[in-house]
Amino acid sequence: MENDNAGGLSAAELKDLRCVAGMMVPASTEYAVPGADDAAIFADIVNSLGRDLGDVRRALSTLSSLAGGAFAEQDVSRRETAAAAFRERGGAEVAALSRAVLQCYYRDDRVVRSLGLEPRPPFPKGHTLEQGDWSLLDPVRARPKMWRDAP
Amino acid sequence: MNETVDVLIIGAGASGAAVAWSLADTRMRILCLEQGDWMKPTDYPTNGRDWEARLYSDFATSPNRRARPADYPINDDNSPIKVVNFNGVGGSTIMYTAHYPRLHPSDFRVRTLDGVADDWPVDYATLEPFFAENERMTGVSGLAGDPAYPPKQPPMPPLPLGKSGARFANAMNQLGWHWWPSDTAVATVEYEGRAPCINLGHCTPGCAQGAKASTDITYWPAAIRAGVELRTRCRVREITVNEHGMASGAIYYDADGVEKFQPAEVVVMACNGVGTPRLLLNSVSGCFPGGLANSSGLVGKNLMFHPYAQVFGYVEEPLDSNRAPPLCLWSMEFYETDPSRDFVRGYAFQFGRGIGPVTEAIFSDADGRLPWGKDHHRVYRKLVGRRIGLSAICEDLPEEHNRVTLDPVLKDGHGIPAPKVDYTLSSNSLRMMDHGIARAKEVLAAAGATNVGVHSPILNGGWHLLGTARMGKDPSRSVVNEWGRSHDVKNLFIVDGSIFVTSGGVNPTCTIQALALYIADSMKQRLATLFD
Ligand SMILES: Cc1cc2nc3c(=O)[nH]c(=O)nc-3n(C[C@H](O)[C@H](O)[C@H](O)COP(=O)(O)OP(=O)(O)OC[C@H]3O[C@@H](n4cnc5c(N)ncnc54)[C@H](O)[C@@H]3O)c2cc1C
Ligand code: SF4
Repeated sequence: MENDNAGGLSAAELKDLRCVAGMMVPASTEYAVPGADDAAIFADIVNSLGRDLGDVRRALSTLSSLAGGAFAEQDVSRRETAAAAFRERGGAEVAALSRAVLQCYYRDDRVVRSLGLEPRPPFPKGHTLEQGDWSLLDPVRARPKMWRDAP
Repeated sequence: MNETVDVLIIGAGASGAAVAWSLADTRMRILCLEQGDWMKPTDYPTNGRDWEARLYSDFATSPNRRARPADYPINDDNSPIKVVNFNGVGGSTIMYTAHYPRLHPSDFRVRTLDGVADDWPVDYATLEPFFAENERMTGVSGLAGDPAYPPKQPPMPPLPLGKSGARFANAMNQLGWHWWPSDTAVATVEYEGRAPCINLGHCTPGCAQGAKASTDITYWPAAIRAGVELRTRCRVREITVNEHGMASGAIYYDADGVEKFQPAEVVVMACNGVGTPRLLLNSVSGCFPGGLANSSGLVGKNLMFHPYAQVFGYVEEPLDSNRAPPLCLWSMEFYETDPSRDFVRGYAFQFGRGIGPVTEAIFSDADGRLPWGKDHHRVYRKLVGRRIGLSAICEDLPEEHNRVTLDPVLKDGHGIPAPKVDYTLSSNSLRMMDHGIARAKEVLAAAGATNVGVHSPILNGGWHLLGTARMGKDPSRSVVNEWGRSHDVKNLFIVDGSIFVTSGGVNPTCTIQALALYIADSMKQRLATLFD
């Protein structure tokens, strides 16, 4: 597999991570989007673990122990039960695993486009913001002074 | 050995920059030591596709998570609110959200008006010209005429209302409650060579456009042009004293990690409400065995954060989300004490426009609102771009058990003891937060939002670091006098958020900087008798 040892994970950990990423955000024909286990998205996830590497490793190990064996090797219902129990526990590992997947998934060009957004960084183009109707302030302008005089 | 300077400023953040600029016209030799480096606008997250993710890595608001070489760790395990900051030229203004209200006149007289805490030794009227000067130097946008404040004139027009702002405005009008476009330290037009805001919408981790007024692009260029020297990547370990009990300079580690001594006639502390008490407590000597300037025993005590009660919900139509500066309006409806409530003092509301797609996914996943599996996409599409929220910024009253001390074990990269924070929410704060949450839910209902969520207090919401070296006239009840000079050490000044006597219920930086200008001005008025 192209990501072997990438990001400091073993082949087994990569397999588990890809499996749980696909469970978290599966591909959808209805919304015409890939899953988080898509090759490009998964490569981004693995390369972006950074400060979360330790917690993600611990998360994968917890998932496997909850599933009673290597997570990716279990049948769907075992994995789903383990994933639900894992999420229920909360804490740093759960947060790190979700963040590792979601921060890459929701910056993929295909996914961003599917949301009706432009796949680009905010700078330098920026955005436009409508001025809005400042007459909304009229009732507030008409209020008497609200601050307290301080001796 | 380094040559003696007239004034040594420690910390190049909000207050350090302001005091350096103001003192520069004395033509004294002024040096600032800053542990961090200059920021490059091209390094800010909005330049890249990973702009949201970097809020969790090298632009995390928590120094413990960010862990750059310039950062020092903070043990905040014993606090429901975690400290956030930034260490570099500009200090925490590099990462602030630039919401820029002044404290109100009543905030300086809480004992007289409401019978709690202490009055400040300065008042709003004294600070008024310094507020105005600071807003001109910083470049503030806003609208004159707010009935919640004495008259003031921000130098630039306000940020647009946008869709999110208009929705809140309508809701507040329906309820008959005060709201106003926030004073914001963001340029809305070309200002003193700075480009206007183009709505990158991700102001917190640095503004690549240069529209947000961090002090590296406001005060510092002017101070340096006027002759101030700023030495970066220099981490101060302690302030030294001479045989007369006067500050003699500082020991620091330079960019190569080499220990150096910088002699000085005057030392000005500007390391913020956590960094300053940390350094003072680490500056132990025969004259000052309990830490420098600490005869009152109050250095590090009375830490105030402003607990934030955040409430948010979702509307049907997409709003401005991340596509504009995040904060747009404030409300002072519940700011002043009302004896019919079950708490003293009050809070401001700040209104948020929304958040970006990655942040929405991460937050909603953490809250259990966003499922894993097949239904993920359907639910996410009902959330993304549709979140609006508001936070009650609750006045935190000073309590001595809320404090910064030195951690006995944890150290920074130079072996300097790390600060340890012990903090609990008072019952007054908790009641105020509950009130804020209930009112915020009414606002969201009026704004047509459902699926309401609450974060109270915001966990990583320790962005306002106040009170740990308070001002006062009584040396047994305060650390510095009414113009920022230590009661104990007559050539030691403190200008950062530590000197706040009470916190008010608004973001503090505008007041921190006005105070720094006022202290600099007081020093200039007294140059001949500064140490008397
Ligand atoms: C995420 C975030 C959002 C915020 N949003 C807002 C907002 O919207 N509105 C608002 O009013 N405020 C906001 N703030 C708070 C605001 O940034 C601070 O109130 C303000 O910057 C404090 O000014 P200061 O001078 O006290 O300290 P800082 O600006 O923190 O500066 C302290 C400086 O001292 C340096 N230093 C510390 N110790 C040493 C040492 N030992 N040696 C050398 N240098 C040292 C640090 O590196 C730093 O540069 C926010 C802060 C954060 C982190
Ligand atoms: S929204 Fe405006 S101030 Fe904020 S980062 Fe963008 S350009 Fe800068």
